[in-house]
Amino acid sequence: MSLPLHERSLGQLAAGLRAREFSSRELATHYLGRIARLDPGLNSLVTTCAEDALAAADAADARLARGDGGPLTGLPLIHKDIFCTQGVRTSCGSRMLDTFVAPYDATVVARLKAAGTVMLGKANMDEFAMGSSNETSWYGPVRNPWDPDRVPGGSSGGSAAAVAARLAPVATGTDTGGSIRQPAALCGLTGIKPTYGRVSRWGMIAFASSLDQGGPLARSAQDAALVLQAVAGYDPHDSTSVDAPVPEYAATLDDGIAGLRVGLPKEYFGEGLDPKVRHSVETAIAELRRLGAQTVEISLANTALAVPTYYVVAPAECSSNLARYDGVRYGHRCADPKDLSDLYERSRAEGFGAEVKRRILIGTYVLSAGYYDAYYLKAQQLRQLISEDFRRAFAEVDVIAGPTSPTTAFRLGEKAGDPVTMYLSDIYTIAANLAGLPAMSLPAEPVGGLPVGLQLMGNYFAEARLLNVAHRLQEATDWHRRVPPGCE
Amino acid sequence: MSLDRADVAKIAHLARLAVDGDEADAVARDLSRILDLVAQMSVVNTGGVPPMAHPLDMPQRLRPDVVTEPDRRDDLQATAPATEAGLYLVPRVIE
Repeated sequence: MSLPLHERSLGQLAAGLRAREFSSRELATHYLGRIARLDPGLNSLVTTCAEDALAAADAADARLARGDGGPLTGLPLIHKDIFCTQGVRTSCGSRMLDTFVAPYDATVVARLKAAGTVMLGKANMDEFAMGSSNETSWYGPVRNPWDPDRVPGGSSGGSAAAVAARLAPVATGTDTGGSIRQPAALCGLTGIKPTYGRVSRWGMIAFASSLDQGGPLARSAQDAALVLQAVAGYDPHDSTSVDAPVPEYAATLDDGIAGLRVGLPKEYFGEGLDPKVRHSVETAIAELRRLGAQTVEISLANTALAVPTYYVVAPAECSSNLARYDGVRYGHRCADPKDLSDLYERSRAEGFGAEVKRRILIGTYVLSAGYYDAYYLKAQQLRQLISEDFRRAFAEVDVIAGPTSPTTAFRLGEKAGDPVTMYLSDIYTIAANLAGLPAMSLPAEPVGGLPVGLQLMGNYFAEARLLNVAHRLQEATDWHRRVPPGCE
Repeated sequence: MSLDRADVAKIAHLARLAVDGDEADAVARDLSRILDLVAQMSVVNTGGVPPMAHPLDMPQRLRPDVVTEPDRRDDLQATAPATEAGLYLVPRVIE
């Protein structure tokens, strides 16, 4: 019996389209049917684009019939609602942008559109990507397909829940402090945050501009590599986009990993790590050794300072970026403003949720006169020390491995009342953003029916190596093939 | 680090963000807890460490000073809350 469409890899789907086994319209229809059936219980999408999707599928079918499609032509996907999509509401999970229809496509969206992909919808997310549980969204929380009483992680929680539930074969996400990797871990997916500057931020609604980076959430490293290939590369519209050639990721996926030096940071296996998660991560690392890798204990001495440093740098940049929401040019505007100050203050108070407000206020405070040196300058110095830890480590090892998240998916509401406890759930992911390094999460062995993520971090622009190591591990294990109950 | 209602009012004004009187205490408590977390930074001596503003050591790129964008004012203003004759409307600021 042939594999159901929603269990096939991107490569298998592309081959099926070329062999005329099914059309792109049939593929989109299959996924739209799953969305209609399963998403009401998950809330993973804020917008479904059935009509546009079928039109794009027809265009892809015509292209394939002419024989001029590429590896992604006709394949469906979901975009995180942080990416601007021309003519389609782009809410960023916020009341502020509830009625905002983007007048242009983000570069990530434009490149995937040009490749012939079919957008099924826009994924729910923590408001302005600020959160680790997808509970801060104006559109309500997303549920984890593995257990609807638990969070999918955040901020790309809708993207992760949708791909885990097989509502799309792949989705885009963004990662400022772990927002691709942590939901990938909690939902059993493979997600990669590329090197800062590898993927254009143009049209990706800004949270913290020196940390934000887009990337795919997929069911395998092989699928993630295909999508990253399509979106990576220089974009003159983004002044921090790096003008350097993008390697052919698929070409090195199968390379052997004998002799690979894997660093295990002792700070990532200490207090705070759930022992069952630790065991699962160690099992995955043992598998890497079985495949020929050598492991060596290393130290990333300033690990404990990554969260405090991040909660100065990210809010500071957030307070500056979100100053643009003033109720004048776009976004929510309060009724009957009595003067200009009232317009600004009430539009912003009504448009933003509690977590976004907290971060704007913290950011405003740490940048204000008299506090700048103690907070912002200090955080930038610590950022330097955290980056130096990695520089030293990568002189000795090829990749760094450890847990993505200290626990499996937590319960809805469990951490929602306490911002600081929520912040600490990103303890292992934040450092890669501060340093600008590529990092990914892929499934290790689940515990108690819940997924666990193995994190791999690499040196600058070492995405190909990360994907290669992940792919080899996935060739040897089946942890990434597990399906949430009810999603078969 | 402990903030009080007056601190919150001052920061909120700088951020142009209205904070209601009845939420000010809760906001002050949350912000104080976040600042306690942030205060852990002080355990490290960072004397002489150059600040890092950005992950990549690259200069700002320059481009020729020529117009590259077409005029899309109507498209861009379609999403504005209030416009008239191509201008954005705000409450009167000059009497």
